[in-house]
Amino acid sequence: MQASNQVSTEDIIICRGVHKWYEDFHVLRGIDATIKKGEVVVIFGPSGSGKSTFIRTINRLETHQKGDIIVDGIAMTDDVRNIEAIRSEVGMVFQQFNLFPHLKVIDNITLAPIWVRRWPKAKAEQIAMELLARVGIPDQAHKYPGQLSGGQQQRVAIARSLAMQPKIMLFGEPTSALDPEMIKEVLDVMKGLATSGMTMLVVTHEMGFAREVADRMIFFDQGLIVEQGTPEHIFSNPQEDRTKLFLSQIL
Amino acid sequence: MSISSEVIRPPSRPGVARWLHKNLFSSWWNTLLTVVSLALVGFVLVQAARWVLFSADWSPVVQSLRLFAVGPYPAEEMWRIWLALGLATWLLGFSGGRAGGIVQTFALALALAFVALALLPIKLEYLALASRLKWVGLAAAALIGFGLGRRIKLTARWLTLAWVVVFLLTLLLLGGLRNQAVLPFVESGRWGGLLLTFLLALVGIVASFPIGVLLALGRQSKLPVLKALCVLFIEVVRGVPLVTILFMTSILLPLFLPPDFRIDRVLRAMLGMTLFAAAYMAENVRGGLQSIPAGQVEAAKAMGLNGWQTMLLIVLPQALRVVIPAIVGQFIALFMDTTLAIIVGLLELLAIGRAILNSNPAWLLRDMEIYLFIALIFWVFTYSMAYASRRAETALGLGKR
Repeated sequence: MQASNQVSTEDIIICRGVHKWYEDFHVLRGIDATIKKGEVVVIFGPSGSGKSTFIRTINRLETHQKGDIIVDGIAMTDDVRNIEAIRSEVGMVFQQFNLFPHLKVIDNITLAPIWVRRWPKAKAEQIAMELLARVGIPDQAHKYPGQLSGGQQQRVAIARSLAMQPKIMLFGEPTSALDPEMIKEVLDVMKGLATSGMTMLVVTHEMGFAREVADRMIFFDQGLIVEQGTPEHIFSNPQEDRTKLFLSQIL
Repeated sequence: MSISSEVIRPPSRPGVARWLHKNLFSSWWNTLLTVVSLALVGFVLVQAARWVLFSADWSPVVQSLRLFAVGPYPAEEMWRIWLALGLATWLLGFSGGRAGGIVQTFALALALAFVALALLPIKLEYLALASRLKWVGLAAAALIGFGLGRRIKLTARWLTLAWVVVFLLTLLLLGGLRNQAVLPFVESGRWGGLLLTFLLALVGIVASFPIGVLLALGRQSKLPVLKALCVLFIEVVRGVPLVTILFMTSILLPLFLPPDFRIDRVLRAMLGMTLFAAAYMAENVRGGLQSIPAGQVEAAKAMGLNGWQTMLLIVLPQALRVVIPAIVGQFIALFMDTTLAIIVGLLELLAIGRAILNSNPAWLLRDMEIYLFIALIFWVFTYSMAYASRRAETALGLGKR
């Protein structure tokens, strides 16, 4: 069933003709996409199709060489201040969690709010505890990441991103490194986030998740957007042969 | 029968007797090997003990304790060294009480060592009652500091500042000031023995660490000029023996400087050792930096941390932890490399040992005792460093998979 997300008419991410090359390899070959505030977008496609690279250009973990990216009204330029401003508005969750192993869970979460947002420690810790409760692991606050299971680590990673109170959340295959029995606990947290009105770009092959919460699905292949539409459209009435072929292989 | 009632246990560990039988006396050949080895080890130990206790003549060592400790430092100014030592001991005790853990172990061990020194079974002629009382006083200073440290809540920042102040005070006390009567000037050529060895090593270690970290970061920099300069410095210094560098900073450096701009002799040696150690430190740190996965930096950047914050809060703490064993190994090597200062005419511990040997024709054949004593001193310090490193690794490794 389609979740009723509150999608506004306001564009929060605008990409126009985005190209990227790794040396001679043309990874992104002209991406045009507009994401609306509150929209939950699932991006899928074969490996090497450029889907992960695409979401990494949105917070400048990858540079694009041609085209425009505008995030929350800020143009992505080489200006470090613009980049840092965008990054503090955009949270990202990685396939490998990338928690900081030398910091306790709570310190992982409060780090950016204290150093980037300049919040007092007490406020940051209070919000961190609220977030840990929200992702269901408040009792793990004073452990180190290495002492948690994969699913717990990924939930901490989500809480860590949310602590910056971002307007947009990017997810790069957040469940691909998890053991099967831990995927659900992470997806449940993401579903909760989706229904709360967060703008989300999720690279994933969890089609059940897409069907349940996505407002729109975008199919990437060979550096291009091949097809996009509502989950209903993608699953029951795909137009492109490549989309049909890919879906037939993973479903 | 339920499954849980039949717990399968791991095989129990064998007792001492079974272990002995299995490992040492399992066959006639093993038994023979054990007996012969034990006999050999026993023979060596007995001979060594006999030499140490009966054959060796420790009088050159016993009669030269002050020389070993401070070299030719003027006797009437010795109170300054005692005072500096007292301050440092007190602060170490305080830090131990404050921080606990390894610092506490060291502070208490030091107090114990001072008491042991006071009780050394040596004639009063060579270790006067006054000195013995001062050693006891130092032990008391450590314990008083320890007690205070447990009560007074001083933050790490103030404690660091206190150490810097004590270090500067120590230098002031040792060197004194020119043209006044209270603290007459003692030129650094008269600092010697363990005092000098210790100062050379301490300054080398403390100064080379930050310089080495900066060089390692510079070598990874995206700015081509900065990177090239750092690579050049590191590779040139690593390609030259320490002796050469000491010669250069001690003899060549003054030739290039204006004649009325003179750098102190000890300071020049410290400079050489620091530059030398910094180059190696940079390479150790670089190894640590490379061991940090790219995902750590990406995660930090994705949260909006800037470059410096990412480096100081995320990358360096992890990188340095990885290379603690290598860094401490290098510190130990540096501590022993201080003996090379003999080349530029400084009277560090080894040089003092040689001077003592040559000072009395009757002692010329007692080189074994003197060098053994020096080796023992070096071992005590280097082993302490290795021990501290192991403790720090365990403490920091906690919670890390």
